Amino acid sequence: MTKTQPGTAPSASPTDAPLLSVQDLTVEFSTAAGVARALRNVSFDVRAGETLAVLGESGCGKSTIAQSIMALLPKPAGSIVGGKILYGGRDLAAERIPAVRELCGTEIAMIFQDPLSSLNPVFRVGAQLAEPFRRRLGMGRREAWAKSLELLKRVGIPDAETRIRDYPHQFSGGQRQRIMIAMALALKPKLLIADEPTTALDVTIQKQVLSLLADLQAETGMAMILISHDLGVVADVATRAAIMYAGRIVETGAVRDMYDHPAHPYTKGLLESIPSQTSIGGRLKPIVGSPPNLLDLPSGCAFNPRCPFATDLCREQVPALRTPTTWPAGHEAACHLSEEVLTHA
Amino acid sequence: MLGYVIRRLVLAVFVLWGVATAVFAIVRLVPADPALLIAGSDASPEQLATLREKMGLDESIIVQYGKFLGGAMTGDFGDSFQQRVPAMDLIAQVLPNTALLAVLACALALVLSFPLGLLASLRVNGLVDRIVTTGSLFTQALPNFWIGVVLLLVFSRKLKWLPSVGLDSPKNLILPTIVLALPFVSVLTRMIRNGLLEVMGEGYIQTARAKGLLERTVIFPHAIRNAAIPVVTIVGLQFGTLLGGAAVTETVFTFPGIGRLLVLSLQGRDYNVAQACVLVIAAVFVLINLVVDLTYGFLDPRVRLAK
Repeated sequence: MTKTQPGTAPSASPTDAPLLSVQDLTVEFSTAAGVARALRNVSFDVRAGETLAVLGESGCGKSTIAQSIMALLPKPAGSIVGGKILYGGRDLAAERIPAVRELCGTEIAMIFQDPLSSLNPVFRVGAQLAEPFRRRLGMGRREAWAKSLELLKRVGIPDAETRIRDYPHQFSGGQRQRIMIAMALALKPKLLIADEPTTALDVTIQKQVLSLLADLQAETGMAMILISHDLGVVADVATRAAIMYAGRIVETGAVRDMYDHPAHPYTKGLLESIPSQTSIGGRLKPIVGSPPNLLDLPSGCAFNPRCPFATDLCREQVPALRTPTTWPAGHEAACHLSEEVLTHA
Repeated sequence: MLGYVIRRLVLAVFVLWGVATAVFAIVRLVPADPALLIAGSDASPEQLATLREKMGLDESIIVQYGKFLGGAMTGDFGDSFQQRVPAMDLIAQVLPNTALLAVLACALALVLSFPLGLLASLRVNGLVDRIVTTGSLFTQALPNFWIGVVLLLVFSRKLKWLPSVGLDSPKNLILPTIVLALPFVSVLTRMIRNGLLEVMGEGYIQTARAKGLLERTVIFPHAIRNAAIPVVTIVGLQFGTLLGGAAVTETVFTFPGIGRLLVLSLQGRDYNVAQACVLVIAAVFVLINLVVDLTYGFLDPRVRLAK
């Protein structure tokens, strides 16, 4: 399996080592119907300060990546069966859950899709915000409360002094996600995993939350993995992106390059189905068919039944991630016919 | 909040009025003449007539009903036919015993079921889980009186460790407490197990873990506090039921509680005592229900605001 080559994205200098390096990660879920391989040989690097977008349809394994890193895979169904998650010289895939959890919050933090269900309904937001300070740093009640208030103000909750005593259901969706962000960033993690952070929010609020994330990133220099199904949302925020399909990364590269020159038919299809790219009154071009069943993947390339380019080779052989010939390094696609796809772009 | 309580109390008055009417009718529908029971079958018709007059049974049903309701409002249910003391005095004597038993049974049930339910939920289908789930089904399937009789046979008759009758020492409380707590433990344990399992799949548990909290902290307080909400309702209702007297268990152990008093008063056609017992039990039940609903709002802030 080809490794993602670091050092070619325009923003990063070749010298800095990746903060997080996921190598050949393979995850399985045992279900009543059989064993589903949610991730197969997924590899990517994240460097300090950069934003990597992980994109794909629901069920493609995006969230499984986040769960694997944070040791949040549902037990006993889900387990890491191969590969490494290297962080700070440690392989998180091989460590016991409590050891990984020690890094959670302080080194790697996470925010989730639905901020309402992600906040405990029976505790005041102040208590939930203060928890990292009190439980992880052993701070006193008063000091932790002051810190929480500071956080709440930083993420832009108006009237924070009184709102800190409110319960989660008393806030709007956007405010709840701001609170989640405040909570995740409490201990100044070096990496934030945002799993569909704007999916549950109104479109107008989405932009605000994303720009808050961008501001905080500029302020703290943290790295971010932004998981999304919305290519438009990601375009302005991420430097690099990885496109996932049926548990594999099918294309990866700098966001600009990839959006302008998709080298995988799936990426091309995704870009063509974004409404903003279609003129008003025109018709959207959806990707024909639906994502495959992970329990029963088609032979060869998993995308071949939906692919307009598919040949016999695609139905027989799983394509490896590679840089298309005559194309600059750093942009890779798992397609036998990348060169042909690129000329169609 | 205050408005809600007042509304509920007004409603309670109507509930109690309904209960009062029903019990008034039912005790009179049961065949057998109370006067005959007290005076004996060899009493002369004149003796019976004077007795009925003394008991107020010579008047029309409507007048009896009016007098009963009027008295009930002031807490006066008349005298016991059998013991010639106010019915309320009899209840005042036994109600604390029943309350003590109810508190003990609930406490024992809570103390046992929380750790059992928690242990079972930690490893679904593990050994502990299997033992707890099967055991709880088993104890729940056993009839109360049967458990009582068996415990009496073993611990009082055979081993002679514990007394069997009455309430002369705290030791008398042990067996009835166990009998009343057992089925309750079964229900609660399974409820806590299932509740925790459900809650552990919630988003906020994932958040708590992502914060790097110890699994201990994730469960307590994050999961427990949420899983406890439905448990409070059940405990409250069960406590209300137990306060109403466990007639069967109190009878098996000849325990001087309100349940046994009710059974005896019905057997003796002691209308006034039976009516008083039922009304007191109903009032306690309604009150506990109100308390449970208020506690619910305290445990779940979302309910608090909905009112």
